[in-house]
Amino acid sequence: MWTEQEILMILQGLWETIVIVGVSTFFGYVLGLPLGVLLAVTDSDGIKPHPMLYKVLDVVTNILRSVPFIILLVVLIPLTRAIVGKSYGTAATIVPLVIAAAPFIGRMVESSIKEVDHGVIEAAQSMGAGTFKIIWNVLLAEARTSLLVGVTIAFGTILGYSAMAGAVGGGGLGSIAIRYGYNRWQPNILWPCVIILVLLVQLFQVLGMKISKDLDRRRS
Amino acid sequence: MNGSVISGKNIYKIFKLGEERVAALNGVSMEVKRGEFVAIVGTSGSGKSTLLNMLAGLDKPTKGEIIIAGQHIEKMSEGELVKFRRDHVGFIFQAYDLLPQLNAIENVALPLSFKGMNKSRRTKEAMHALKQVGLEKYMRHRPTEMSGGQQQRVGIARALVVRPEIIFADEPTGNLDTKTTISVLHLLQEVVHEAGNTLVMVTHDNNLASYADRRLHILDGEVVYED
Ligand SMILES: Nc1ncnc2c1ncn2[C@@H]1O[C@H](COP(=O)(O)OP(=O)(O)OP(=O)(O)O)[C@@H](O)[C@H]1O
Ligand SMILES: [Mg+2]
Repeated sequence: MWTEQEILMILQGLWETIVIVGVSTFFGYVLGLPLGVLLAVTDSDGIKPHPMLYKVLDVVTNILRSVPFIILLVVLIPLTRAIVGKSYGTAATIVPLVIAAAPFIGRMVESSIKEVDHGVIEAAQSMGAGTFKIIWNVLLAEARTSLLVGVTIAFGTILGYSAMAGAVGGGGLGSIAIRYGYNRWQPNILWPCVIILVLLVQLFQVLGMKISKDLDRRRS
Repeated sequence: MNGSVISGKNIYKIFKLGEERVAALNGVSMEVKRGEFVAIVGTSGSGKSTLLNMLAGLDKPTKGEIIIAGQHIEKMSEGELVKFRRDHVGFIFQAYDLLPQLNAIENVALPLSFKGMNKSRRTKEAMHALKQVGLEKYMRHRPTEMSGGQQQRVGIARALVVRPEIIFADEPTGNLDTKTTISVLHLLQEVVHEAGNTLVMVTHDNNLASYADRRLHILDGEVVYED
């Protein structure tokens, strides 16, 4: 059914997908976590309201989020080339994924932080906690379970995007599925890729559900 | 060392709501001595919480002087007030406001971490404060695993742990049943008379105020009498 070469190719694709999604999620958070914290903190009901800064971040985030990923992919080619030196392959896929993921992650972080009870924040302020202490010891600490659920959602979403990146020469299972499934109609390659992608997404959804269930149990 | 820890002179607080001006405090003058348990009593909307927030450095008066532990807090910047509160005051809240993800020790240790104290000392101090409020058996419980009265004891331990100059409490028993209220008030008396703290408590209930050494009765933003 499969040649040894094909099996190796699929395994290689799986590995690439995991690397692409893992690295993109990581850098997505490097940008998205501070973005989300800033959005939550500078909003009118945040701990350090700053209407101007909030407005700018809000608008930029919304614009980036409303560009369809497949378009972003194309628009970002010059940037990608500037950063990794070429516009195709595993490393090149990561750049647009990070840019697409950061605003989305920022919004999730923002909403996780906004779930933290206001009374608790005021208590910390009255105890003389400065802004950074509150962000670290109260906001992020209290929101950590919700943030963790967010990571699993981000991973699943980025996985979906990464398959799309295959269409323009990115690496990973998505690109294999498109090359062998769409261009050459080889179902024996297409289907394993699809099934593995679906299983990966499911895995992360189940993980997210489990984390949030643990969270509910603790809150009750 | 038995002078005033707090002295307020002619405190005014005017809130502006659009065009409207609400005078929440109309020239309040008062003193609190070291080691005293003082209650601020009055009906809803009389200005109790507003006064407490001024005295604790949470908000600034529109006019007037507030001297706590020898420092004029009405002249401080926001940053100085944050540092002042960290070093000199403890708070107890009506809704306890404990951090749900933290156990009792971690909650009590929190204000110490704001001061930059290392973890092992924090934990030691927190355990000591929890023993003081009779919670040695609940040290590793989270707020959701404790009764309201127990949570408020954690809240009291959290105020005590920083060894503050003054402790402020706004309706600390407002969410508790009668029996628990009385035991919490006894604990507060103990904290003042045996451990030598100074406490200012806000309440609308004259019965509860009778547990204090002295009462300031407030009406429409003015202290009308003391007893
Ligand atoms: N931030 C604010 N902005 C505008 N008005 C305020 C503000 N805080 C308090 N007030 C007004 O000041 C007055 C005193 O309020 P305060 O909260 O001190 O009353 P209180 O005695 O604590 O009442 P309660 O027992 O209901 O808590 C009220 O008329 C209130 O509406
Ligand atoms: Mg009040």
